[in-house]
Amino acid sequence: MNFYFFRDFFFSCVWEVFYPLDRKVTARIQYRVGPPWYQSFADLLKLFGKETLIPKNSSVTMFMLAPFLGMSALLVSGFILYKINLFNMPGFLGDLIVMVYLFTIPSLSLILGGFASSNPLSSLGSSREIKLLLGYELPFMLAILVPVIQTGSIRFSEIIQFQIEHGAVLYSISGSLAFIAVLLSVQAKMGLVPFDVAEAETEILSGPLTEYSGPLLGIFKLNKMLMFSILPLFVLSCFWGGFGNVNPLINILKFLTIVVIFTLIRNTNPRLRVDQALRFFWFKLSVISSIAVILALGGM
Amino acid sequence: MDLRLKALTKSPWVFHISTGSCNNCDIELIDVLTPRYDAERFGIVLVGSIKHADVLMVTGSMNRKCIPLVKDLYQQAPKPILVIALGTCSCGRGIFRDSYNCPVNVDDVIPVDVYVPGCPPKPEAIIAGIVKGIEKLK
Ligand code: SF4
Repeated sequence: MNFYFFRDFFFSCVWEVFYPLDRKVTARIQYRVGPPWYQSFADLLKLFGKETLIPKNSSVTMFMLAPFLGMSALLVSGFILYKINLFNMPGFLGDLIVMVYLFTIPSLSLILGGFASSNPLSSLGSSREIKLLLGYELPFMLAILVPVIQTGSIRFSEIIQFQIEHGAVLYSISGSLAFIAVLLSVQAKMGLVPFDVAEAETEILSGPLTEYSGPLLGIFKLNKMLMFSILPLFVLSCFWGGFGNVNPLINILKFLTIVVIFTLIRNTNPRLRVDQALRFFWFKLSVISSIAVILALGGM
Repeated sequence: MDLRLKALTKSPWVFHISTGSCNNCDIELIDVLTPRYDAERFGIVLVGSIKHADVLMVTGSMNRKCIPLVKDLYQQAPKPILVIALGTCSCGRGIFRDSYNCPVNVDDVIPVDVYVPGCPPKPEAIIAGIVKGIEKLK
């Protein structure tokens, strides 16, 4: 425990500064002025000041624990990514695999929270989230294989180093195919619009979050904000050379490009039904990722 | 003013319940969120669950079936909560005052903070109502 630890911890927490961009871009697309830049922080602060209500028949421990589970996983993954990208920390063998595991935990926390709150609509939302999880994990894992095959490493720092030396994975045919697959499955991971069946506001109130209020809801919102900054960084590290460029401006521009792509997909698509989403992931996106893997094995 | 209250005034999330309105007030409420009026400038968003709400927006003339439901909703809402009666119907039953099905006013059932009259109120009036409610909190 020293000063550096707290500095790093602080920096891995403030990734969410990029979240307000999403709402602002959304507003501009719809020809609106949109909320002020501090809106998300005001929302969080307000939620932390409100009353916490715990439903009568819920399993209280699980209900309270679920949001923190997701947050801890996200903070750990944000910490690793931040150290590797900004401070050239070598990481450890297999940190890519650890990361892939850590990214499923926020979805799991949502599922647990929904089932623990003993509300029929929450349970419905949770079961939808499980189906979605089964759907997007397959193309996601397959697509993550492509940078691993091309760079021959499961260590982030080596993947990034390889891309700095030999050009980004994205610039090959297999890389760009896998990039598309990863973008769409990450979209579902974050629960953004074409795949937001779990939280479909117009159908099942707020899905797993229906019974949450006050600080616990705030933690879930914080998870969402963290995800919105950590997952783009993950995609950037795997496919576009991370923050490896000598010019920091280009690095940030790349990062913002990925964030804006997510927002654009979110704003130009209607919500899919859960069966449509599953069919899309299994029969379309998985095929694309498999083709990408085969191409990568062939050296393209 | 403390920080919590300041944050609350910057992001009032609205939950909307219709207690037997003619649907016109509800349409006007949705109007407030369209690009022309853009209530998100003030942080106003519609939420799907009462547990997330800071403002309880009541429209309609409170018919018999709705009385226990509205009471329930008010008790489930996390405090502090602001109650706004939207439209002449919910302010004082309006043209349904003599109806067999509307025995009480909204403010006989739950405490109302702001009344927005009009049949239906204009979107500008609705935004002004929410802003007045926020001023009242301060
Ligand atoms: S106030 Fe007028 S517009 Fe609103 S619900 Fe009543 S009758 Fe309909």
